[in-house]
Amino acid sequence: MTGPALVSIMRQGQYLIASIHTALDDSQMVRFQTDLIEKIGQYRSRGVIIDVAALDVLDSFGSRTLRDIGEMARLRGAVTIIVGIQPDVAFAMVALGMTPGAVETALDLEEGLAYLDSRLGFGVSRDWMDRSSR
Amino acid sequence: MDRDVRTDDSARTAPRTAQSRDEEQLLPQLVAHLREHRTRLRQEWAARIQDAHLLQAMTPQETAAETTSVYDNYVEVLETGSVEALQHYARDLSERIIPRGVETHEVVGIVLLLRDVLARSLFEKYQRNFALLNRVLDAYEPAANRIANTVAVSFVEERERVIRQQQDAIRELSTPVLPVRERLLILPIIGVLDSERARQLTEQLLTGIRTHRAKVVVIDITGAPDVDEAVANHLVRTVDASRLMGASVIITGLSPEIAQTLVTIGVDLTKMNTIGDLQGGLEEAERLLGYTVQRREPADR
Repeated sequence: MTGPALVSIMRQGQYLIASIHTALDDSQMVRFQTDLIEKIGQYRSRGVIIDVAALDVLDSFGSRTLRDIGEMARLRGAVTIIVGIQPDVAFAMVALGMTPGAVETALDLEEGLAYLDSRLGFGVSRDWMDRSSR
Repeated sequence: MDRDVRTDDSARTAPRTAQSRDEEQLLPQLVAHLREHRTRLRQEWAARIQDAHLLQAMTPQETAAETTSVYDNYVEVLETGSVEALQHYARDLSERIIPRGVETHEVVGIVLLLRDVLARSLFEKYQRNFALLNRVLDAYEPAANRIANTVAVSFVEERERVIRQQQDAIRELSTPVLPVRERLLILPIIGVLDSERARQLTEQLLTGIRTHRAKVVVIDITGAPDVDEAVANHLVRTVDASRLMGASVIITGLSPEIAQTLVTIGVDLTKMNTIGDLQGGLEEAERLLGYTVQRREPADR
């Protein structure tokens, strides 16, 4: 698997924010999965946000991979949330029976961050972050 | 009988040029006849409309005015052979009478009555010359049928246009997405929910969730009389899709009939958050969003 990554995976405190910029084919999707799971361990992340706002289409392989990522991330100790699903994509996914399973979804990045904060215990994580940054 | 056959034969064997010249003169002759007896024929026609109980939604004055115009238009088409003016008139007429509740059969009925009245008067005029009568009718019938056709088609087209217009109006009004509090939308559904409306509802709801950044949506179906299986499944999918966009959906006002239908047809409602009425739904939504609504005591006001 070579070539530049089509997904930027950024570290933000205890979270990883992966932003998909363009429609990915199957091998690119697999590469994204590998990279992300790798980075969860590397950065000891507690939460993962996958932003798909730029996608106006999401095929069955794509949505299954996202679900798998959620499962894998959970095994590696991180909570995953998918954000920015477009209306058309949302309805198409449901119509084709491609629900993201146990993975949470939220409207946008901001909502996703808010969800992770509350889910992972806002106070604890912030205290820890504030102390470490000082 | 014998004489009739003979005249018929003689007409057929007449020189071709003479006959076609005759034919050319027939229609003007016919038109002149219809113009001459305009008042009598029109009254006869009006009487027959009355007898047939047609156009009862209109006042006698209106009927008289319209029948006069129809009569003149009719004769004009016979004269010119062009139905364009009639088409315009028929469309215009339809536009005026459709809101009054005039039915298709009435419009077609009156035109056919006029055709019959005029045909009868032609019979009367030419009854002594069977061959000539035949040729007059040959000229008259196609034109008359075309007129009846034009009027009927114009009427139906106009009606369809009105129906389409109303459908558009209903469609635009049918699914309002209303923000009631920050991040809380309500979606009252009133009237029959068919698949087209359900599709539109989904579209409006999902875009509404994005534009209003909604976290909770209350769909109130108190005003929906019934749903079928396809629509119910569509509703479930809409709820799932809303969840994918980060909004939770509360459905309120499920009527006893709909509740029974849904369970009988086996729609999976386990993931649906349903609450009895809109008030309860709003209270639940406010709870989810962390609002507390409190009534102030009169002394504090």
